[in-house]
Amino acid sequence: MKSSVGIIISREYLERVKRKSFIITTILMPILMIALMAAPTLFLLLGGPENKTIAVIDDSGVVAPALKGTDEIVFVPASSNLDDARANEDFDAILVIGRDVVENPDNVTLYSRGATSIMTDQVISSQIEDAIEDIRLKSYNIENLRQIMEEVKADVRLSTIRIDTDEDTETSSGLAYGLGMLMDMLLYMFILIYGQMVMTSIIEEKNNRVLEIVVSSVNPTSLMLGKIIGIGLVAITQIVIWGVLLGCASGWCLPLLAKSSAVMEEPELAGMFGQLLAPGFLISLFVYMLLFFIGGYLFYSSIYAAVGSAVDNIQDASQLSSIATMPVIIGIVASMAIIQDPNSSLAFWVSIFPFTSPMAMMSRVPFGIPTWEVILSLVILYLSFLAMIWISAKIYRVGIFMYGKKPNFADLIRWARYK
Amino acid sequence: MDNIIEARNISKIYTGHTALDDVSIEVPRGKVYGLLGPNGAGKTTLIRIINHITAPDRGEVIFDGHTLTADDIVNIGYLPEERGLYKKMKVGEQAIFFARLKGLSKADATKALKEWFERLEISQWWDKKVEELSKGMAQKVQFIVTVLHRPKLLIFDEPFSGFDPINANILKREMLKLRDEGATIIFSTHNMGSVEELCDNITLINRSHNILTGNVTELRHRYGAKDFELSYVGNPAELQNVLSPIAAEFELGGLDRDGNALAKVTLRDTSDLRNLISAANDTVALRGFRQLLPTMDDIFIRAVKESNSADSQLSNPENTSAE
Repeated sequence: MKSSVGIIISREYLERVKRKSFIITTILMPILMIALMAAPTLFLLLGGPENKTIAVIDDSGVVAPALKGTDEIVFVPASSNLDDARANEDFDAILVIGRDVVENPDNVTLYSRGATSIMTDQVISSQIEDAIEDIRLKSYNIENLRQIMEEVKADVRLSTIRIDTDEDTETSSGLAYGLGMLMDMLLYMFILIYGQMVMTSIIEEKNNRVLEIVVSSVNPTSLMLGKIIGIGLVAITQIVIWGVLLGCASGWCLPLLAKSSAVMEEPELAGMFGQLLAPGFLISLFVYMLLFFIGGYLFYSSIYAAVGSAVDNIQDASQLSSIATMPVIIGIVASMAIIQDPNSSLAFWVSIFPFTSPMAMMSRVPFGIPTWEVILSLVILYLSFLAMIWISAKIYRVGIFMYGKKPNFADLIRWARYK
Repeated sequence: MDNIIEARNISKIYTGHTALDDVSIEVPRGKVYGLLGPNGAGKTTLIRIINHITAPDRGEVIFDGHTLTADDIVNIGYLPEERGLYKKMKVGEQAIFFARLKGLSKADATKALKEWFERLEISQWWDKKVEELSKGMAQKVQFIVTVLHRPKLLIFDEPFSGFDPINANILKREMLKLRDEGATIIFSTHNMGSVEELCDNITLINRSHNILTGNVTELRHRYGAKDFELSYVGNPAELQNVLSPIAAEFELGGLDRDGNALAKVTLRDTSDLRNLISAANDTVALRGFRQLLPTMDDIFIRAVKESNSADSQLSNPENTSAE
């Protein structure tokens, strides 16, 4: 019997891993994800300030000399009035600076042919701001005032150090929030996708009637177990491949990003990157995620297996499977609340209850919670899986031979009681 | 007698419906055993219990002298009535998968499969996907998968459904060959012709009960004990007249090869062959007579009718008293 479970596992696993669709998604998804993350930066770079010639009508007379222009933007002082400048096709835009601009910085208008990019707007306003600030500082008649101002500026970055855990790690709650959300979503996605894959695969076998041939050689429980484990291994393969790919990508990208000037200027961001780069942090998160994924997947896929065995086709499954899916969704919704306050008693109970614990725990782990809580949650989750697979196996054994009638929840419970 | 498998007092009850009620069968080793019965009688449930797929509520199954356990499954080959294969898998790969589930090593399975594929002339399908095969083709593959591991007991549920006559004959040939090699075969069917041809013993299940069990030849003689065909020269009307006290049924047949008239007679329970001959002999010139052995079809229909009317009398006593 042991060996037959092995044979089932290897069939379920190889059948899926050899499929073109699996290979394609496994390789393309990370590329797609990286592309999605990189896209905003790329757009920003490509959509930078376009080449523009801007006529400047400076009624104040003090700002125009300070406008330096950039590679893309050329400021041309124009003495003519607005209407003449507007008639001149050489100008892409006309910047009109009010007489009282130093006192009233809002008195600046840009007349533009076509839309201007945000970058162009920013370049113009920051240059005007600098000019006005300079003029205002000078009006105080204090030497080196600008330098003094720079020295006075205080940038506070809060370092949170946990005193209730042994690890002397610094945690950034912003980072924990982001990571918690991300892992939650991944877990949710994987549990649903692969749990339902177990269900559809059982329905397919039942429809095909190949099931009857298989159960003449192995007992139904072994078949169910083999299928759940086989498909689970496919999921783990995919997670590990993605983990390695993303790990390599981030191992190469993150240090570059961390060194880039933009990040260094933001102490909060720099701290996050420091933490991300700290050896062990990401790896420990990854291991936790794998443990909770395996537990959550096993637990939910045994429910889905029972549902799959009970119905004849996917349409009939929707009602029963939505009962199974509901707790997953509750789990993810609860996680949103938990993540605001990861140490509340709600957070504790939701992350102990096996139906919601994988999602809830995943959103709390990055905040650094006591290890015993994680272990307790895992133990309960795995014990619940054993109980659930025992019930599911009973339903499955009866369900796979039931055709025609669309069963309801009460039927499933009755089947579980059959000898 | 040496029985490979015995089902003793098996009952199986599903919600609101009794699938089997105190059914016992004994299957002698090395024989072909037919499991007959109308649709929904409980045959498939019994087969599943014998196969250790479902557990009975009451009763036990004895396999080869001991209580049936999960380990015995490797000694049984089962071809279910509703059968399919994994559509996306290649034929050869799939056959090896099933063979390995039955405990064969990959190498042994491949070797044995190649032989069978040669013998049934389907070697060219080895690398085809199952979805490219016709239903009949897939059935051949399923048959091979069932018998490949040389089990002591073979169970076929409706093996001939979906086969054309040519392939059904190939199947029969292979089944008898397996029996000659020592296997015991249980098969359920609606095809009574194949029962007469193949079965040594049968059990007829109707409405969850075993209503008839026995050796096929004995049963036919027993059920045919009152059916005779007379060939004679003389007046048919007179013959019918003189036989009416002893015959429950009288039917005129045509002429036989020699031009003699034929008549089919079913005797009343109180009369026997001697009464028939002496009565007929006085009236017409008897040329010959023979016992009419009923077909399994006739036996099937008669047994089911009798058991159904017995059932309805039991369940509706008012009806009977009204008659």
